[in-house]
Amino acid sequence: MKKKKIGVYICHCGGNISDYVDVEKVRQAVEGEDIVFLAKTTMFACSDANQREMVNDIEANGLTSVVVASCSPKLHLLTFRNVSQRANLNKYTYVHANIREQASWAHSDNKIGATEKAIHLVKAAIAKANYAEALESNKVKAQKSVAIIGAGVAGMKAAISLSNKDCEVILIEKEPFVGGRVAQWNSLSTTTETGKEIVKRLYDDLITRDNITICTNSEVISNKGSVGNFTLKIKTTPRYIRQSFHPEDLTRAIEVCPVSVPDEFNFRLTQRKAIYKNYPGEYPQTPVIDIKNCTRCGACEKVCPAVDFNEKEEITEITVGSVLMATGFDPYTPGYGEFGYATSENVITLPQFKRLIDEQSGTLVYKGKVIKNIAYIYCVGSRQTKGDNTYCSRNCCTSTIHAAVTAKSKFPDINNFHFNRGLRTYGKQEILYADSLRSGDIYLQSYEDGLPTVTIEGNKTIVKINDILTNGKEIEVEADLVVLVTGMVPRADNKVGTLFKLPKGRDKFYNEIHMKLRPVETVIDGVTIAGACQGPKNIAESVNSALSAATKSYSIISKGELESEPLVAIIDQDKCTWCGACEKACPFDAILKVEDKGKIVAEINNSVCKGCGMCAPVCEPDAINVTACSSTEIMSMIDTLV
Amino acid sequence: MGELNKKSAKILVFSTEKISDPAIDMAGLMKLHYPPTVYTISIPCSSGIKSSWILHAFEKGFDGVFIAADGSDCVYGETCTEKTGALVGKTHELMKSNNIDPARLRMAAICSVCSDPFVKQVRSFNEYLLKTLHP
Ligand SMILES: Cc1cc2nc3c(=O)[nH]c(=O)nc-3n(C[C@H](O)[C@H](O)[C@H](O)COP(=O)(O)OP(=O)(O)OC[C@H]3O[C@@H](n4cnc5c(N)ncnc54)[C@H](O)[C@@H]3O)c2cc1C
Repeated sequence: MKKKKIGVYICHCGGNISDYVDVEKVRQAVEGEDIVFLAKTTMFACSDANQREMVNDIEANGLTSVVVASCSPKLHLLTFRNVSQRANLNKYTYVHANIREQASWAHSDNKIGATEKAIHLVKAAIAKANYAEALESNKVKAQKSVAIIGAGVAGMKAAISLSNKDCEVILIEKEPFVGGRVAQWNSLSTTTETGKEIVKRLYDDLITRDNITICTNSEVISNKGSVGNFTLKIKTTPRYIRQSFHPEDLTRAIEVCPVSVPDEFNFRLTQRKAIYKNYPGEYPQTPVIDIKNCTRCGACEKVCPAVDFNEKEEITEITVGSVLMATGFDPYTPGYGEFGYATSENVITLPQFKRLIDEQSGTLVYKGKVIKNIAYIYCVGSRQTKGDNTYCSRNCCTSTIHAAVTAKSKFPDINNFHFNRGLRTYGKQEILYADSLRSGDIYLQSYEDGLPTVTIEGNKTIVKINDILTNGKEIEVEADLVVLVTGMVPRADNKVGTLFKLPKGRDKFYNEIHMKLRPVETVIDGVTIAGACQGPKNIAESVNSALSAATKSYSIISKGELESEPLVAIIDQDKCTWCGACEKACPFDAILKVEDKGKIVAEINNSVCKGCGMCAPVCEPDAINVTACSSTEIMSMIDTLV
Repeated sequence: MGELNKKSAKILVFSTEKISDPAIDMAGLMKLHYPPTVYTISIPCSSGIKSSWILHAFEKGFDGVFIAADGSDCVYGETCTEKTGALVGKTHELMKSNNIDPARLRMAAICSVCSDPFVKQVRSFNEYLLKTLHP
């Protein structure tokens, strides 16, 4: 083996590393190593200036490989591989050491320990670099198509953006209609367009595009394969209504349906039939029969020939290069008795209130009672001190104030009382707050340890608070309606997330690789996330993330070919005695039984081997190693770590 | 070794690039502290660990080896759990025949967001190792 000449760069990461790890001491500890040609510290290894310096160092000194000790490889492994490549070094000779997440931050309580550990980690990386070989990436064909899961604003906008490129899009929506939550909101904050108008605009655009297939009433039920080639099975439930129908017949069919179930579109404030459409302009325009609740009485069939109970569930298989997840959120459901929820007739949630004011005009009435005083209780299910939802749901302050202002302009007799914990109407949304103050809304505030209380006295609902804005004075409001400002939580049904093994953050929403630097990618290669499935977002924020997720998904597959890590198992055929154990252990059928020089041995089919290494430990004669993870490399790392 | 490190055992962690690495990184991000003598080697999948690596670690002086296994989240398929279990079983036997306490090799499934469980596991493992090896 030719002697290696390695360059080592130890990053301060501003102070993220050097505040806890003595980076100069690390440098000194490794500079004397036989194969280390140069060792430097740098303020930001990822900065342009340092990257240029690395390229110069490699070229000027003929370095054979580079080690950077910095943050997690999830963030900058690719950056530094590319630096190596720019300096005409094979990128797989690069080795990364993580001394931030795994040293300075993990041991910020122990600077000596953190420094010692960093030294060991860098030495292990150098040991690995000593064996790192020039490798060629595997090329895999990538399907130039993207499956988007969820047709809310995020999914629809991502579909339009992708369809502008040479890319097939399959938009999969589990509900019978598109639009997601936005279709449920009439008037919206910071725009004069209604939610329904936005959904219509997006849908009208979607259907003009040949390269988009929209599957409603459809769910992904299985996922196989990986980036470039995800094979998905999609189950589509029929609408039981043929596409060509006479609108009057359908209106009659809905009229005669005897079923009455709580209407989820209106957050169970009203009832709907088993054959339904949520609102007249809804897309697609064909209504649907909710077969779970249909009694098959046949009344609709009699008046509407387009009803067809013979339609069958369909399973389709598609293969796509990338998957964009845009499954949105659920509104938080308060617990039984939480601020009087479900125990008082006069307590509803913000989404219900939005539907209520949308549906009414003239006088605001709830359960037969004219509403005058409305108490909004903020941060229900968000910023919890007891409970899991410690995060802020971002959008609720604005949505509440917007709903209150809308209600006041529609029903001038109402009085709005906002029981809040500090308002977060950031950016332009602050204008709404000013509007609300001008229209006479009253704001009462508390900290988390002095939350307002809701008590029921006869048929009165009293909301009390020790208002910190008036020096803790106890103030009470007799409310005709209490609106619980419920935040956003992840979708209760997360089967699809489990199918793709998408990691979730502490807030239980899907997690990106890096909040700032890789905000729409996930650790599952080829799967991006957009919209409120990633965490609370308003429409503008959802659309922003949808556009970047679309671009990211496209960039993965745009060449029609993917570079995959050249990690494969390698068989030492001299040692192999063909026992078949590796063949049994391999989940990808990558092991072939072949004859070599008159001997039966195992051979790896590199095009299907994924380099997982499952075959290696079961090999009795120890004839198998995985590239970049061989026994020699691992053992030499162990030697330096101890 | 620094003063503070006297109280911690040397633990080698085998962790996986896609599943447990993110959890261990997030533990650092959240500043959930654990002994600084816990070192991680990243590999593609926990069912690719060879017994010889583990024995080598003991021979070289590691007090314990912890496998942060993929469990049912493994990106290479559901057989991972069973295969990792089998290699741990096999290594335990080898450890016994080499007079090494088999409890010095531990395994737990660490999912990509299991930062807390990871830290709990390595802390309790550290305590066990200190009690039995460095009383
Ligand atoms: C009370 C309230 C008021 C609001 N008012 C405003 C406002 O005025 N202005 C504003 O900017 N924002 C507002 N928002 C925020 C807005 O609703 C969100 O930003 C937006 O809905 C996010 O869009 P999305 O596409 O990410 O998710 P969603 O709207 O939740 O859409 C997700 C879609 O994915 C589908 N889906 C889910 N799971 C699956 C699956 N497994 N397979 C297939 N499809 C699936 C769903 O059926 C849905 O159609 C409000 C939110 C609330 C709670």
